Amino acid sequence: MEQARETTGLAVRDAVVRYGATRRRPGSVAVDGVSLDVAAGEIVALLGPSGCGKSSLLRAVAGLEPLAGGSVAFDGEDLAGVPVHRRGFGLLFQDGQLFPHRDVGRNVAYGLESQGVPRAERVERVAELLADVGLAGYGGRSVATLSGGEKQRVALARALAPRPRLLLLDEPLSALDRRLRERLAVDVRDTLRASGTTAVFVTHDHDEAFTVADRVAVMDAGRLLQVAAPDVLLRAPASGRVAEFLGLAPGGDDALEPGEPVRDEDGVGTVAG
Amino acid sequence: MTRATARATPHPVSRPASRAARWRTDRWGAWLGWGAAVVLPLGFLAVFFAWPVVSLVLQGFFTETPAGRVLDLSGFAEVLSQDRTWRIVGQTLAQAVTGTVLSVLLGLPGAYVLYRCRFPGRTVVRGLVTVPFVLPSVVVGVAFRALFAPGGMLGWAGLEESFAGIVLALVFFNYAVVVRTVGGMWERLDPRAEQAARALGATPWRAFRTVTLPALGPAIASAAAVVFLFCATAFGVVLVLGGLRYGTIETEIWIRTTQFLDLRSAAVLSVLQLVVVAGALVVSSRARTRRERALHLTSDRVSAHRLRLRAGADLVPALVTLVVVAGLLVLPMAGLVTRSLRTADGAWGLGNYVALGTTGGRNALTVTVWEALGNSLRTATWAATIAVVVGGLVALVVSRRPRRPAMRRAVGVLDAAFMLPLGVSAVTVGFGFLITLDRPLGLDVDLRTSGALVPIAQAVVAIPLVVRTMLPVLRAIDPRLREAAATLGAAPGRVLRSVDGPLGARSLGLAIGFAFAVSLGEFGATSFLARPETATLPVVIYRLIGRPGAENYGMALAASVVLAVLTATVMMVAERLRGDRPGGEF
Repeated sequence: MEQARETTGLAVRDAVVRYGATRRRPGSVAVDGVSLDVAAGEIVALLGPSGCGKSSLLRAVAGLEPLAGGSVAFDGEDLAGVPVHRRGFGLLFQDGQLFPHRDVGRNVAYGLESQGVPRAERVERVAELLADVGLAGYGGRSVATLSGGEKQRVALARALAPRPRLLLLDEPLSALDRRLRERLAVDVRDTLRASGTTAVFVTHDHDEAFTVADRVAVMDAGRLLQVAAPDVLLRAPASGRVAEFLGLAPGGDDALEPGEPVRDEDGVGTVAG
Repeated sequence: MTRATARATPHPVSRPASRAARWRTDRWGAWLGWGAAVVLPLGFLAVFFAWPVVSLVLQGFFTETPAGRVLDLSGFAEVLSQDRTWRIVGQTLAQAVTGTVLSVLLGLPGAYVLYRCRFPGRTVVRGLVTVPFVLPSVVVGVAFRALFAPGGMLGWAGLEESFAGIVLALVFFNYAVVVRTVGGMWERLDPRAEQAARALGATPWRAFRTVTLPALGPAIASAAAVVFLFCATAFGVVLVLGGLRYGTIETEIWIRTTQFLDLRSAAVLSVLQLVVVAGALVVSSRARTRRERALHLTSDRVSAHRLRLRAGADLVPALVTLVVVAGLLVLPMAGLVTRSLRTADGAWGLGNYVALGTTGGRNALTVTVWEALGNSLRTATWAATIAVVVGGLVALVVSRRPRRPAMRRAVGVLDAAFMLPLGVSAVTVGFGFLITLDRPLGLDVDLRTSGALVPIAQAVVAIPLVVRTMLPVLRAIDPRLREAAATLGAAPGRVLRSVDGPLGARSLGLAIGFAFAVSLGEFGATSFLARPETATLPVVIYRLIGRPGAENYGMALAASVVLAVLTATVMMVAERLRGDRPGGEF
C-alpha cells in the first residue's frame, strides 16, 4: 500500500493519537500507527466499531487533535503546524452542529464569509447548494425548525460551500433512523460524486460504507486491518476479524458468497463492541 | 440532490510557505490576545483587591516601631481573648446557619410550586420572588425596621433588634437564591425517574425522598453554600436591624474601624472572616462542579404540570409558598411603601417624597436625595462597565478547556481567584482602599480624592456575579460548534466573534443588569469611600435613619422606596434580556 510521497490527495503516515498524555503518563492510545492514502476525487470509508479510533483519526486529519507521532500530508505538503482553519478541509459532525443563532442560509454561507466571497456570489452559491441537497428555498428558515435529516442536509451543504479540498464526515447519518439513513447515504454519495469531492467517511455501519465509498478501510483497536474496494473486501477479507465486522459469518473464506453479507440488526459496531 | 455541483474550482488555498508564515503571525496574535485577556483582569484584581486587602490584613500582624515593622501577633491574642469577639463570631454563625436552613426549608416548596407547576400568574410571582434578592441591603433593613418598630404592622411581636428579626430579613433576601437555583434544575429534571419509582409502588413522598431529592442534592448544596456566604457576610441589614446587641463579624469590623479607630483588631477580625468564608467557598465550588455535571443529566425540555390544589402533594407546598410570598416578601415591601406615605405629623401624603429635594431636617445631608440618586446612577454606570469588561474577560478565559493539564489548572485558579471578592467583606475592601490607594504603585495620584474609587470598589464586588452569570452560558456552548467554524475556514478571532459572541451575548444583558443593581445597592465599601458630596443613595439612607427627627426618618423611607423601585426595574429589564437558558446561578 505504500505510495510515493509526491502524490495528490491525502497521505497519512504512521499516525498516532493519544489522549490524556502528560509528561509522566503516556495516556491511552486511540490511533496506533495508521497509514492511509486517499486519492483526489476518491471516497474512502473508515469502518469500525465504536471506540476503535476512527473518529480520532478523522479529527487528527482535520487538525483538531494533535498527532503524537507520524504525519498528515495533502498534495505532498506536510500539514504539521497548519491550524484547522487553514487546512481547507471540511468536517461534518454526527449531529450537524449547525449554528443556532444563524438561519439556514447564513449557516451555509459561513465558510464563504470566511473566504471573503462577495455577497452576490454568496447568495447565488447558497441557493445552488441548498437546491443540491434538496432543500431549495429553505434559506430563511430557523435551524430549530428542521428535522434531523434536514439538519444533516444543511450541514452537508455548509461543509461543501467553501469547496473543501477534502471533506471529512464523522458518522454523519448515525443519529437518523434506519430508513432515512439508507436514503441519505445514496444522496450523500451522489452529491459528493457530482462535486468531485475527495472524502473520508467514518461509519460503523458496513452497508453505509459500501453504499458511499470507493474503498473501505476497516479499523479496530487503533489499527487498520484492511483497505480495499467493497467487492474485494467481501470476496477476500484479510482476517476473521475483518469478516466479522463486515457481517460475514466467521469461518472459511470459501463458504462466503460475494455481495451477500449476513445482516445484523444493529450494525456491526454493537456485535464487535 | 441530483443537480451537479461540478464546475468545481480548486479550493482557494495560498501557497504553503506563505500559509505557514501567516500562521506564525496568527499565533502571535492569539497569544497576545489571550495574554491581555488574562493580564488585564489579574492586574485589576491585584491592584484593587489583593493589595488593599493584604495591606489591611498585615496591619493585624505587624506593628510600627522606631526600628521598623516587626511581626507582632499580640493583636490576635488580645482580640481572641475578648468575650465580645466570640459573641460576635457566635452570632454570625448562628444567624448564617439559621438563615440558611430556613431559606432552604422554605425555598424547596417554592421551587416546586414556581418551577414544577403551572398556574395563571406564575411569571408575575416568579418576578416578585426575585425582587428581594436584588434589593439594596439598607432598603431591606429599613423595611423590616419599619415593620418591627412600635406602631409598625408587626410592632406587637417584639421583633425589634432581635435575633429572629435579623434571621427573617436574611431569609427575605435569600429565599430567591434557593428558589431559582433549585427550581432551575427541578424544572428540567426528567419526570420519568419519579414515575418509575411510583410504578414500583413508592408513595409520592417516598418517590420524592428517594429519587427527586437526591437528584436535586447538588443544586440544594450549591444554593445553601451561596446563601450561607451571603448571610455570614451580611452587613447593611444587620447594621440597620441589629442595633447595639446583634452584629456580624462584618458589622464589627466596621464599628471597630469607624467608631473606635482600632485598625489592628479590625484586621484580626478580617482574617477571622476570611477563614469562615473560605470554608463556605470551598463547599460552594465543590457543589457547583457537581451541579454543572448534573446539569448534563437533565433534559432540555421543561416539564411542569398544572397545579392541583386537591392533591396534598401540591396543596402543602402551595400553602407554604403563599404564606412566604405574602407574609415574608410582600408584607415588608407593602409596609415600607405605606409608611413612606405617612408624613411626620401622621397625615397621609407625598410629603416625604417632596422632601427628597431637600437636604433633610437640620441639614442632615450635604446633598439632596435626588442629587444622591444622580451620584448613584453615575457610579453604577461606571461600576457596571468595569465589572462587565473585567468579568466578561474572566468568564471568556475560564470557559476555555485547554489541552495541557497545567493550563487547565491555571484556568481553575483564575476562576477561584475571581470568586474571592464574593467572600471578602466589602468593608475590608473599602477600608483597604483608604489605606493603600493614596499613592497607588508609588504614583503620585491620590485616587481617594478623584472619586474613581467608589465605582472601582463596587465593580470589585460585582465582578463575581458577572462571572457566575456569564460562565455557565459560555461553558454550555458545544466545543464542536467552534470546531465546525474552524473547519469552515474561520480563524480563532472569527470563531470568537461569530460563535462565542452571539451565543454568550444572551447572558450579557443579565450580567449588566446584575452589575448595575449590585452597584446601586452597594453599601459596605461605598460607606467608606464616598465623600459627603458624592454620597450614593444607600449611604444617604443610612445617614438619614441615623439622624434624629421624624422628618429624616420619613425621607429615609421614601428614598428606600425610590431605590427599591429603581433596582427592581433594572433587574426586570435585564431578566427580559436573558434568554431561556438553564444553568445560570442565583
